[in-house]
Formats: sequence, C-alpha cells, structure tokens
Amino acid sequence: MSDALLKIKGMSHYFGGLKAVSNFDFEVPEGVIYGLIGPNGSGKTTTFNLITGIYTPTEGSITFDGSEIKGMKPYKIVHRGIARTFQNLRIFSNLSVIDNIRVARHFTVRSSLASSLLRLPGFKAEEKAIRQEAMHLLEIMHLEDRSEEKAKNLPYGELRRLEIARALATRPKLVLLDEPAAGMNPKEVADLMELIVRVRNEFKVTVFLIEHHMKVVMGICERIKVIDFGETIAEGLPEAVGKDPKVLEAYLGKRGA
Amino acid sequence: MGNLKLPRMLIATAAFWAVVSILNATGILNGYFMIIINRSLIFVILAVSLNLINGITGQFSLGHMGFAAVGAYVSGSITTLIFKLSPDTLAGNGIFVVAIVIGGLAAGFVGFLIGFPSLRLKGDYLAIMTLGFGEIIRTILNNIDAVGGPRGLLGIPKFSNFTVIVAFAFLTIAILRNLVQSSHGRAMLSIRENELAAELAGVDTTRYKVLGFIIGAFFAGVAGGLLAHLLQIAHPTQYGFYASALVLIMVYAGGMGSLTGSVIAAFTLTFLTEGLRVGIDWLKDTVGLPVGTEWTMVIYAILLILIMLFRTEGLMGMREAKILIIAEETK
Ligand SMILES: Nc1ncnc2c1ncn2[C@@H]1O[C@H](COP(=O)(O)OP(=O)(O)O)[C@@H](O)[C@H]1O
Ligand SMILES: [Mg+2]
Repeated sequence: MSDALLKIKGMSHYFGGLKAVSNFDFEVPEGVIYGLIGPNGSGKTTTFNLITGIYTPTEGSITFDGSEIKGMKPYKIVHRGIARTFQNLRIFSNLSVIDNIRVARHFTVRSSLASSLLRLPGFKAEEKAIRQEAMHLLEIMHLEDRSEEKAKNLPYGELRRLEIARALATRPKLVLLDEPAAGMNPKEVADLMELIVRVRNEFKVTVFLIEHHMKVVMGICERIKVIDFGETIAEGLPEAVGKDPKVLEAYLGKRGA
Repeated sequence: MGNLKLPRMLIATAAFWAVVSILNATGILNGYFMIIINRSLIFVILAVSLNLINGITGQFSLGHMGFAAVGAYVSGSITTLIFKLSPDTLAGNGIFVVAIVIGGLAAGFVGFLIGFPSLRLKGDYLAIMTLGFGEIIRTILNNIDAVGGPRGLLGIPKFSNFTVIVAFAFLTIAILRNLVQSSHGRAMLSIRENELAAELAGVDTTRYKVLGFIIGAFFAGVAGGLLAHLLQIAHPTQYGFYASALVLIMVYAGGMGSLTGSVIAAFTLTFLTEGLRVGIDWLKDTVGLPVGTEWTMVIYAILLILIMLFRTEGLMGMREAKILIIAEETK
C-alpha cells in the first residue's frame, strides 16, 4: 500500500466550531474504484473540497502521486492530475457542450496569446487537436450529437455525463465523482455504473466516488470507507463493510439512505 | 489566411468605409455627420473592450473611461511634443499610430496595476474599486499642470480621420473575435459561467481575469487616443463617470458577451445622444423649458431600467452575427 496514488493522513477540518472532518486517513491505491459513503452532512463533499484545494485542511497532510498538495491552489492541483465533478452540477450553461470540454483542455495549450489572436498555423493545428479530443470524449459519453448545443438545453442525466467528460478532459490520474448517480432513474444508474468501470479501464484512471445509492457502491467499488459525523466508522472490502453492524446502524438503519 | 470568414468581415468593413466615404465626398453626409460617425466608431472600440471585461470574463468594471483617459493623455502628449519640436516629422501617420499604440500599452499597464489587486474582489467591491479608479484618474489629470490641468491638454494635432478610425475599429473587433474563439477566450468565458468550476477545470482564474482587464484597458486606451486626435483636445471631464456609464449602458443594451450587440448599441446610442442633445437644446432655447444636457443621463437611466425589465439579455443576448463567427473544421 505504500505506492498509493492518494494518501491522506490525520486530516481534520473545522468550519468555525463545527468539526466537519475528523482525523481522516485514506489510502487510495492506483487503479481502483474507491467508494466513500455516509449519511447526509457526514463530511463527504468537504473531503473532496479539501483534496481539490477549495479548502485547506486545518490539520493533516494530503500526498498525491508522491508529493504534498495541501495548500496548493485548486487549478494547480488539477494540473497535477486530480479532476472532479460536483454534487450540485456546475456546468458552463451558456457555452456549447463541446466548449464545456474544451475549457478543460486549455491549460496544456502552448500557442501564445499573440498566435491565438492572429490565428497562426500552429494555433490552428492545436485547436484542431483539442476539438478532436473533445469529440472523442463526447462519443464515449454518447453526447456527440449534442456537441454544438448550448449546455443548458441538455437534460439532467446528460449534464451529469458532460461533467464527467469535462473532468476527464483534464487528463487526470484521479477522478473524484461527487454523487454521480444523484437524481437518476434505475436504468440511468445501471448505465452509469457501466460507464464508470469503462472509463477506469480505458483512461487508466483511479476513481474515488461518493455515492448514496447502495447499489452503485456495492456494485462497482472495490474498496469502501464509511463515515458518520466526520468520523470513520468502517473501511475495507464491500462485502465486509456491508455486514458491519456499525454501518448498518448508521447508514442503513434509522437514518438510512 | 485560408479562412474565408476573415475576408468576409474585411469586405463588410471596406464596404462600409466606401459607402460613407462616397456619401461624404458627394456632400450627402456633411462634416457634422462625419463627426458623429467617427465618435460612434470610437465608442464601438470602447464598448467591445468593456464587453471583454464585463460580458465575456464576467467581471464588473465601472471605470472604463479611466483607461481611455490614460491612452488619450499619453498619446496626445507624445504627438503634441513631437509637433512642437519639429512639425515636419509629422508628415507621415507612422508616429501617430505608434503614439496610439503606446497610449494603449500605458492604459494596459494601468489596467494591470489596478486589476491585479482588485480582481480578487468580487461583484460590488470590484465595481466600487473601478469606480474609484476612474474618479482618481480624472482628479489626477485635473491637477497636473504639465497636461493642462482643468483646461485639458490642448493643441493635439488632428490625426484621427474616418479611415484611421475605421481601421482601428476593425482591428479591435477582429482581435477580440479571435480571442473569444480561442482556448484563451474560452478560459475567460468559463470564469463568467462558473468561477469555481473554471478553476477546477484547470483555469488559472486570477491570471485570466487580469489578462481580460489588461486587454480591455489596452483597447480603451487606443480609443482614448483616437478621440484626443479627433477633437484635438483631451479634457478630464470627457473621461468621468458619465462617459463610463454610457459605455456600460451600450454593453448592456447590446447584450453582455455579444460583440455584435456592442457594435450596434455603440452606433445607436451615440446617435441617440446627439439627437437628445439637439432636442434638449431646442426645448431650452426655443420652448424655454428649464432643461440641460444632464437630462440625457436621466433618459439613459430610464432606458437601462427598461432593458432590465423587458429584455434583460439586451438586444443580442450572447449571440453574434454570422460574420463574427469563425467556421470550424468539424472533422
Ligand atoms: N462552507 C461551509 N461552511 C460551513 N459549514 C459547512 C460548509 N460546508 C459544509 N459544511 C458543513 O459540514 C458538514 C459536512 O458537509 P458535507 O461535507 O457537505 O456533507 P456530505 O457531503 O457528506 O453530505 C455539514 O454539517 C455541513 O453543513
Ligand atoms: Mg455532499
């Protein structure tokens, strides 16, 4: 486990007096689909916000791919190879579907500002490559027919896939998915599960997801961590975690999903 | 450059230039109309450049004329000085164009100086900061004797003419269009759409906000330089809040994020301003009503309220005329 892609040690975070995350330890090995579950308000989204640099943890360390990323600006963490989606969608609504993706490709662009303003040949070649890569991602997400549509005209389920595509466009090593199945019907959930596995295999990424749907978690996650009130209550393989009495009580019990 | 759309925009501009020039030569458009057309074109540059900051990058600047003032005074000082030293060197337009660009660069640099600290602020705070900046520039100019103080910078050689102004307006629109339809421009648009998501898509949001500010300020400085060399004077009162607000209304009326809208609104509102001025003078002198030019601002305030109520997205929304859209090779 020493070669884990993401290693979090003793991470805690306070919002004023509220301890949203308490002494978390994570080891996410390369290539797995890792699930984080827990009741509403238990600190899951906050964990993602801490990993992606939106907040800096009050205590603890976050090591990614061998180096400390705590305190880095979010966009720099993205450049290092962590991408994410949001529980409440954050789409560039007035941009076209393909532009939503292309934004996420811009930071590797080498063309200077001057070359872009004058549309020199080097610039054009680069833009063409970006377009092709974006179209490829849209095809995988079955959104290729929507590429020129304004993003805000897409139905909810397609927007969820668009966000995943946008995250992948940054060419990440680790993708964080915050409740990707939220608001989906059973058919869409089944398709999504298949998609996540396919994305992991094709893009060779590690997936770290938060999910409420027990079916998704038990179906595709190879490792699971269960939290409640900012504390870890169980961790391990899905079968074992699913039988843990503390989990049954906290998560599936009275305050169940 | 292998792209059929650029010539199309060039052809349209050339056609506009030819028609106006012919109408002017035949006396159908007199000097008075030419002044209004030239002013309109300068306001086109001001409006599209403010649109880059407010409409495309999604920030809120209220002090755009402050940058124009920097460009006007810097370029005006350069040409005036050279003119005094040796009037002959001004035979060519070269020095004038260089002075205009230097004025733009100076404005861009000022944009960097105020943009860097203030773009960390959001919404209202940024608006107040830029409003303050515009007023500070005006006050400083009012108090520097070397550039005429409250009398203004006088005796600027008349270098701006219809042809030069059309050329600069064309270049401004073409460059901003190219910017918006590039990776750099999409990074700016993404900030307007959702700043956090932009950052999490790898966009260095601070850098692109400042960059938008610098480029917008540069073109405002160019516009200021053209105006100074058209009117042969740069005066602090030309660059106050009143003028900045007028440019802002143009951007809103045309549509935030639409270069096309800004162009149309700049023309319409410049002509409307002149019409209102004539109308108000008539009411005052002939009818004898106690009204003054400040009433144009009242009318604009009402116009702005009507836009907010009935057509929030402005004339064009975020759409562009076909001529401003670069066709992409889709395969
Ligand atoms: N920015 C914030 N400021 C204050 N409290 C917050 C903030 N973000 C989250 N919280 C609180 O932290 C706790 C954990 O929230 P969150 O991580 O969103 O939970 P989850 O994603 O597991 O539903 C909740 O009590 C929530 O109200
Ligand atoms: Mg959450």
